[in-house]
Parts: sequence; C-alpha cells; structure tokens
Amino acid sequence: MTGPSGPPAAAPEGTPSAILHRVAAFDTPLLRFTLDGRPMQARQGESVLAAILCHAGHLRRHECSGEPRAGFCLMGACQDCWVWFGPGERGRACTTPVADGMQVSTSPDPPA
Amino acid sequence: MTRVVVVGAGPAGIAAADVLSRAAVEVTLIDEAERPGGQYHRAPASGLQLDMRRLLDAAHASYAAFHAQAASVCARVDYRPATLVWGVHGRAVHLAARGFAQSVGYDALVLATGATDRVMPLPGWTLPGVFTLGGAQAVLKDQGCLIGRRVVFCGSSPLLYLAAVQYLRAGGKVAAVIDTTRFAEKLRALPDMLAAPGVLGQGLRHMAALKRRGVPILHGATIDAFEGKARVSAVRCTSPDSAPLRVACDAVAYGHGLRPETQLAELAGCTLRFDPVQRVHVPETDPDGRAGHAIYVAGDGGSIGGGQAAAVSGRLAAAAALHDLGLAADVDVAASRASLARLRRFQKGVAAAFRWPGERAAALDDAVILCRCENVTVGEVRAAIALQDGVADVNRAKAATRCGMGRCQGRFCGAGLAEVAAACVGGHDHGRDRLRVQTPIKPLPMALAGDLSP
Repeated sequence: MTGPSGPPAAAPEGTPSAILHRVAAFDTPLLRFTLDGRPMQARQGESVLAAILCHAGHLRRHECSGEPRAGFCLMGACQDCWVWFGPGERGRACTTPVADGMQVSTSPDPPA
Repeated sequence: MTRVVVVGAGPAGIAAADVLSRAAVEVTLIDEAERPGGQYHRAPASGLQLDMRRLLDAAHASYAAFHAQAASVCARVDYRPATLVWGVHGRAVHLAARGFAQSVGYDALVLATGATDRVMPLPGWTLPGVFTLGGAQAVLKDQGCLIGRRVVFCGSSPLLYLAAVQYLRAGGKVAAVIDTTRFAEKLRALPDMLAAPGVLGQGLRHMAALKRRGVPILHGATIDAFEGKARVSAVRCTSPDSAPLRVACDAVAYGHGLRPETQLAELAGCTLRFDPVQRVHVPETDPDGRAGHAIYVAGDGGSIGGGQAAAVSGRLAAAAALHDLGLAADVDVAASRASLARLRRFQKGVAAAFRWPGERAAALDDAVILCRCENVTVGEVRAAIALQDGVADVNRAKAATRCGMGRCQGRFCGAGLAEVAAACVGGHDHGRDRLRVQTPIKPLPMALAGDLSP
C-alpha cells in the first residue's frame, strides 16, 4: 500500500531532502537494515531516526491527517517518531539503535 | 538491606546516587537512556567521532567531571540503563527493559526525572524540520547530526543562544535567533540573574559570539507561523521594531523553557502545585526535596533550575533520604541549601528574562493543531470548553476531544491546552488546568503485557 502511508522519499545522504545533516562520523561496523523493503546502511550506534533522516525527508505519515512527520522532541518523550519493527511491533526511532538485519517500516502495511 | 531507588542518571540522579552509595544502603539507579548524562550532560553514542571539547568549549570541564563521577557511581551501584520506569505502586517501581518487565521494591525513592521542552503550539509546528530546542541539542550530542543546514533558533530560553553557538561550533549555519521576550524584560531580570554571575556571564558570551558571527538576533518578536510544504522553509514573525519578517531556513529549533516530568511523582502520591514563577506544575517538596513519605524529588523534575542546581538538589535529596532512614550522609547540608537558594534565585530571573508567552494562545487560529498526537485543533478544544459553562477543565476537554490523550500523554500540548482553556473563560484555574497522569507513563510493547504484575 502507498497513498498516505507511503514510504519516505529516499535520497543520497546530504541531499537537500534529507532532514538531518551529519557532522561527525561513527568508526563502528557497518550494519544493513531495510526501510519499507529497500536496503539501507547504518553504523553501529546510529539511531533508527538518524539512519533514516540522514537520507529522507520524513519518518512516517500521521494516522489521521496523512501529513509527513519527522519526530519532534528527539529524546524519547513525544512519541512522534514511531516506526514499525515488525508485525504489531512499533516504537520510537529516536531511542532505538539500528540492529543488523532490522526490518523497519513506516506503515503497518509494508510492501510484501 | 535497605534499598533506595534512584530514577534518572542525569546531574541530579548521579549526585544523589553518589551520596547514597557511600552509605549503608543498596542503591538501584534506573535510567531510560543507554548512557548516563540526562539531557544536560548527554554523551555521544559509542563510536561517534564527535569532538565534545570543541562543542562544549568552557563547559567541557564540568561535562568531563560529571562523566568521571558517573562512571564511578554506575560501577558501585545496581545501575540499570535503557530501562523505563513506567509506574510506581505499592512501594515498588515497575520497570520495562528490552524484552522483560520487573518490579523493584524501595525503602526510599529519589525521583530525578528531568524535564522536556515546553512549547506553544503554532501554525506549522508539526512540519518535518521543526524540532524542540532540546531535541536539536540531543541529536547533535548523541548522534553527531544537525537538524538542518540553515537553522532558526526560536522561542524564549537561554538555551536558544547556547544551542545556536553549539551549532556554529559544529559547522552549522544559524539563520537567526528569534527570542520572544523583550530586551527590557531581560534587563529587569538582571538583579535576580546576578545571583549566579558565572552562568549569566556564559549567556552573555554566547550572545556576543553570535553577534560577532553576524547572526541576526531579534528580541521581543512574535512568532506567527512555521511555513513550508513537506518541510519547514521559513519562520514568519513580527518584531516590535520592524515590519513582519519571513526568515528562510530548512530547520527550526523551538522551545519556551522547560517543563518538569512529574508523572512518577504524581503516581507516587505527591501533591502537585502550580509554580507562579516558572508557570508549571511541580511536586510540593520541602527545601531538601521531601515530597511525601519515603519520596524525594531532585533536579529539573522538581523545580526547573539547570544542571548545577540539579546536582546540588540531588545531594540534598539523598541526604534527606538517608536522614529519614536514620543514617548519616556525607553532605554539607547548610552549604548545599545556600547554594541551591542562590541558583533558584537565578532561575527566577531566567523565568522573567525568557518568559512563557501564555497570552499568545488567545490569538491562535482555530485551525492550528493543538494536540499533535491526535490531530486535535485549537478550535475543537475551544468548542469543548464552551460547553463547560464557564469552567476550563482540561481533563474534561481531553475526554471530549482526545486532546492530550495520545502517545505523548499531553507532554507537548498540555502547556498550550491550559492557555487555550484559560483564554476561553478569561482566567486560569490551576486546580483544573493540568492533565492527570496515566500509567504506563510511556507506551509499552504489548509483548510485555503478560509480565506486568500490578
């Protein structure tokens, strides 16, 4: 399904549509994860939020309005950055570190 | 053996646990974050090559001292990082860590839960690229990322200037600092702020550094809207000495000071009172942080005071807990009380110099989203309050509209909701303008439901 729950537009890191701008690098192992079925890379220690928003313009679409959201408090309080980690398993992108092989979805209906 | 539970490993929690760990009690220190520091002393994720010495400059010495102390404290106590305390009930705290739930009983409980940003809802505040001021600092220190390439820092807080300077040090561009409090109000607050001349001096140095780098600073401005389509692209504001302005940007760091995280104190049975200086609800405590039988509150979770005050109040709360358990504490209580009183006087000045613009709620358009979780507008809340016959009860408005019923439990709409409600009836009713706490205080995974005992 796409429509209001469609995946964020991915772009190479540092392109104008990316929300976050990385100014310090990790010297940790490279991890692979998927975002809505697309292969992504992150460094160990990177939060799911940073790993996504260094490439994309938002994290999810709001359940009622369909508007894009990209998190707000960035410290685990506002719950605006929720993504899906598997069937029935949702959580904050800002306080969850990327794990190797993680399958992240921006909507409850990931592409098959 | 007697057990003291400390919740929070920021400056207050670490100071409290340090004192407690030197007495004949078992100390359990629980923190939601992966590393100690709280927000004030937040440290980079492991392996991040971020030059904290350059980022923090003069503040690096206290950061380094804190983390040396924290490493020693965490090694001496039962330290539980990445663990949420989601409830307090029956002389026990109830925890959730990754994959399991547990309860820990206590003989004394020290709550050092900190604070989050206070914001006034505005048109466009849900746009991608608009973040809290604290969040802009958190993602830099924790993840080595800036929230954008050209950032506006706006609201009313001394942290506007600190965060903007840190963004410049990290190689970012600052489009403007838009401060909603007039400069004259800052001058009037100077006598109180002189109670901590060192902290005041730091703030003035940050302002001067921004001016040297050519960053426009507006005082006494009104923020009218965050504009943009899929992402914020400008801040529209009105400055008292100029025509309406549109400041182009690709990100906004926004905050009007801090609001204490009081959920666990409320669940533990503490009385909350309205603090007319900070204009927030805080747990009622004695000067040392006693907030009820065997309950102690320290740091910004008890009274907004900043990192230094948090550490002093953590020591005092630990000393009070030990005293009430019949044990001695290695704390100079008289000197700590004097130091805390001085730092609180400074914060009184800060609250006046960086004023919460509550009166702005009356001017908000009905279409503005007030509750960003449940997408409830200002107009829907006004309509609900209008049915309350001149009473502005935010919990009834919540039941009628779902404002404050979402996943953040009113942390980010609660301050604005109180002001919208007050404006509807022509005045504040502080007995009815605070959203009541709910357990769990943050969402828990359903997978844990089978393990939750109380």
